[in-house]
Amino acid sequence: MAMPGIFTAPLLGRNPVTVQILGICSSLAVTTSLETALTMAASLTVVLVLSSLAVSLIRHHLPNSIRLIVQIVIVASLVIVIDQVLQAYLFEISQRLSVFVGLITTNCLVLGRTEGFARSNPPGPAMVDALGNGLGYSLILIAVGAVRELFGQGTLMGLTVLPTVEQGGWFTPLSLMLLAPSAFFILGFVVWALRSAFPDQQEAPETLPPEVPELRP
Amino acid sequence: MTGLGDLFLRAMFVENMPLAFFLGLCTFLALSKRPDTAVGLGIAMIGVMGITVPLSQLLYTAVLSPGAWAWAGLPEVDLSYLSLLCFIGLIAAAVQLLEMLLERFAPAIHAAFGAFLPLLTVQCAILAASLFMVERRYTLPESLVFGLGSGAGFALAVVMLAAIRARLAYADLPGGLRGLGITFLLAGLMSLGFAAFGQMVAS
Repeated sequence: MAMPGIFTAPLLGRNPVTVQILGICSSLAVTTSLETALTMAASLTVVLVLSSLAVSLIRHHLPNSIRLIVQIVIVASLVIVIDQVLQAYLFEISQRLSVFVGLITTNCLVLGRTEGFARSNPPGPAMVDALGNGLGYSLILIAVGAVRELFGQGTLMGLTVLPTVEQGGWFTPLSLMLLAPSAFFILGFVVWALRSAFPDQQEAPETLPPEVPELRP
Repeated sequence: MTGLGDLFLRAMFVENMPLAFFLGLCTFLALSKRPDTAVGLGIAMIGVMGITVPLSQLLYTAVLSPGAWAWAGLPEVDLSYLSLLCFIGLIAAAVQLLEMLLERFAPAIHAAFGAFLPLLTVQCAILAASLFMVERRYTLPESLVFGLGSGAGFALAVVMLAAIRARLAYADLPGGLRGLGITFLLAGLMSLGFAAFGQMVAS
């Protein structure tokens, strides 16, 4: 596939979250506000691009039997670096993300792309593929995070958009938006909307209704 | 709420990994199409978590925690920043061992897992259980019970979801909702249900 195709395919057509079912855990847990979602998306994209580059560079020297452990160690080292950087410069956000920065290590998106693409491709395409997938993941995270913060607190990035009743406005915050079930519902609706817009992403039905012979008079 | 039985039930129902903390969702969604694979996955999760969480606890207290090297005359050494790397190594080794055992003794289950068994290495629920164990300072018996309880909670949730999806195979859903979409909505409804367990403990 040509370079532009590698980059644009994962944005909507083969989006890592909604089509490849990778990296879902973190995309739900950190989306209670847009700010944490953005930080998480940026951290993940950086880790993904750098680990793809590293795995792609050593792909000819990597024995097949221990490749998983080597890949995991590369990813974990990068995550420790990102974690330390966040704690140094963005301490409040890193407190709110808590264990989820550490859990980038086990984000199946990172391992899925290094295992599925970077392991068998030269560094250039591997990095482009990683960047595309990181941005596709970021799109979903930003969409879900924006909806949850807007309707859960009436704010976006901490700025008031819908004035809440407590501040003398008219909007009553939906506290369900900040709880676990709403994240599932919103992502479900996002998947529904995307797959209605792109019918080729729809999954084939497992069972077909029986053919009913037409009644002719 | 200090007994081991309470801890088990709490880890299984109230702090259910996939439904309350969104952990381990990738395998939760991808392997819940059929009840028999879901049962296999659930058993594997109980096994892996029951082994790795107590082992991580031992490793953490003996090697990594602040002051663990006091006996060697190095009381100020603090290796806890390495815990992420060590836990991951431990989990990867345990999963590889499980894969070899399954390939040797139960090829049918091994074939059913397909590409997903190596992905158990990156099961966030397993790593998160080890991280929670450190954060909450569990002792060795507590961490064993916590690991088993979390694994059992995951198994329960994935088997229930698979059972619902098996029934839905005959439903006439809109095209865009088929597969992943309806699974998210189902998980949301189950998560609402499990939230009630939290209320029961709180009262």
